[in-house]
Amino acid sequence: MTLLTKRDALLGCALLALLALVYTRFPAFVSAKSLLGVFNDTSILIILALGQMAVILTRCIDLSMAANLALVGMCTAMVNAAFPGVPVPLLVVMAIIIGSLLGSINGLLVWKLDIPPIVVTLGTLTIFRGLIFLLSNGQWVNAHEMSAEYKALPRFDLIGLPVLSWAAIVIVAFMVVLLNRTAMGRAFYAVGGNPSAAIYTGIDVGRTRFNAFALSGAVSGLAGYLWVSRYAVAYVDIASGFELDVIAACVIGGISIAGGMGSVAGAVMGALFLGVIKNALPVVNISPFWQQAISGAAIIIAVVFNARSERRVGRIILKQAEST
Amino acid sequence: MSNEQIKGSSIPDRRNGSIARIIASWEFLLLGVAILIFFLNVQASPYFLDPWNLSDATFNFTEKAMIAFAMAMVIIAGEIDLSVASIIALVSTCMGFAVQLGADTTTLIIVALVVGALCGAFNGFLVAGLGLPSIVVTIGTLSLFRGIAYIILGDKAYSGYPTDFAYFGQGYVWWVITFEMVLFVVLAIMFYVLLHRTSFGRSVYAIGNNPTAALFSGIRVPRVKFILFVLTGVLSAIAAICLTSRLGSTRPSIAVGWELEIVTMVVLGGVSILGGSGKILGVAIAAVVMGMVTFGLGLLNVPGIVMSIFVGLLLIGVIALPILLRRFRARLVTSTGR
Repeated sequence: MTLLTKRDALLGCALLALLALVYTRFPAFVSAKSLLGVFNDTSILIILALGQMAVILTRCIDLSMAANLALVGMCTAMVNAAFPGVPVPLLVVMAIIIGSLLGSINGLLVWKLDIPPIVVTLGTLTIFRGLIFLLSNGQWVNAHEMSAEYKALPRFDLIGLPVLSWAAIVIVAFMVVLLNRTAMGRAFYAVGGNPSAAIYTGIDVGRTRFNAFALSGAVSGLAGYLWVSRYAVAYVDIASGFELDVIAACVIGGISIAGGMGSVAGAVMGALFLGVIKNALPVVNISPFWQQAISGAAIIIAVVFNARSERRVGRIILKQAEST
Repeated sequence: MSNEQIKGSSIPDRRNGSIARIIASWEFLLLGVAILIFFLNVQASPYFLDPWNLSDATFNFTEKAMIAFAMAMVIIAGEIDLSVASIIALVSTCMGFAVQLGADTTTLIIVALVVGALCGAFNGFLVAGLGLPSIVVTIGTLSLFRGIAYIILGDKAYSGYPTDFAYFGQGYVWWVITFEMVLFVVLAIMFYVLLHRTSFGRSVYAIGNNPTAALFSGIRVPRVKFILFVLTGVLSAIAAICLTSRLGSTRPSIAVGWELEIVTMVVLGGVSILGGSGKILGVAIAAVVMGMVTFGLGLLNVPGIVMSIFVGLLLIGVIALPILLRRFRARLVTSTGR
């Protein structure tokens, strides 16, 4: 546990160093108002990264999050366009439910059929994208078809912060409680840390993984509404390729892909790291075309660094215990 | 608990016993699917049997299949390479850059192969040299390689390739037989020999089944993995040559999303995503099946995105089937009281 906090502290330092670097070139970026803007812009990534984190903790991976987001986003947009009278909070609840149902499909296939998660979510990724096309007939849902309330909610100012930011804060708080204060959260760590040992302590490995996938589906659904209402457009390809950004945020945040290791603070900082890079590049006069290469380099550096610190706590001993 | 036990005992079962025979005949099953789809297509559209149409249809899969052969070996060895499409982008960009400096076709080929090999070597160094998980490493290099292509190209495009360079993607060897088709067959045979007829191929299986045991039996595991990543880089470069030559221009968004299609192709071909099993023949047939489905549905005006639903279902179904069969057999064994 001390290691986790130490790594989080290091990541925090890296984040501060990044901000300091931006400050030397463009001081106005590091003001409270501007940083809150960056946080707001990164909210959806934070929400998704926390869902992905739960899945990765259990030694699985969810590649279908962005497709799930797009499908749910399209559902809410189409319902809103067809029945503008449906209250927006109800749509949000609907988004979370549909999202968690889609996530449960992944979870069931992993739990009941023992199919490797990467294959399951690769399959559902393409299926979800295809379903959006079938559902929408390839049509876009544009801003003028959405009701004003639908578009206004994420921007609505609540005690100085937009609702979009509050959504991320609520999910962060929810995940902190879930992972540190509930049996289900501890089970995520146990299943990823050592599946065989988890079985002997009475944890149902398959069911725990199912829970993680349902959770990542639920947050994807929420993010689906937030994404579509924020950008005020829904079509087949929204958030295409975003699944890799989400995994990148987790990796930079020190969530071990081997499972069982990682903290909420890490995932949030990993997402913020990418968010700061994305938002800072234009203001420091670096072409936005650098963004992808920089985040790629950040991922690789983070992986190298994570592997080194994991080795120090004697990962090998754990592995030997597993193989017997 | 029972779950873990079945998992543990199922590994040796894969090789012998009646279920193993079904899995061993995976290629025959795929071939049956291919023939079925062929006849469905003939029934569905009068334009399908036109030799020139069929020849055009092969472009759907030949370039992806070249990479799929190398990817199959990487996956059999228990790793994965998600950066292949980004290697295509970087290789294509470097070729475009070389053209601006006045390079001829031979130089272009050399540039492509060197850049591809270097990208593969970088992946290989991180995975085999530093022992990092390949899925994360190659997600990183996926961003990095395409990111470099974006830095070099931005929103511009390279074109103006030499005329004789067009042969690789547009040339015909004889009648309707394209150069890419011949290359596909030649590479299939080469990879068949490499994987199924050499000690290197055997060591790839050994590593995928049990890396520790492979190490103790004298296989230089890191070196084999490194070679596999370099090989994947080189094959990505070859695919990049064909694709660039066919399109005649380079944009940084070239071949976006191919990595997932290629992995799908490999898994459809009967390669276990967990490593240790799979055959080149299966991958080759899976490539043809995917190409024919895309082409056939295209002739029927079914959009490609709808086809992805079929591919997704096929992918999950194909993996679920042997697992269900194995479980069914296990239940049969326990119910007969043995």
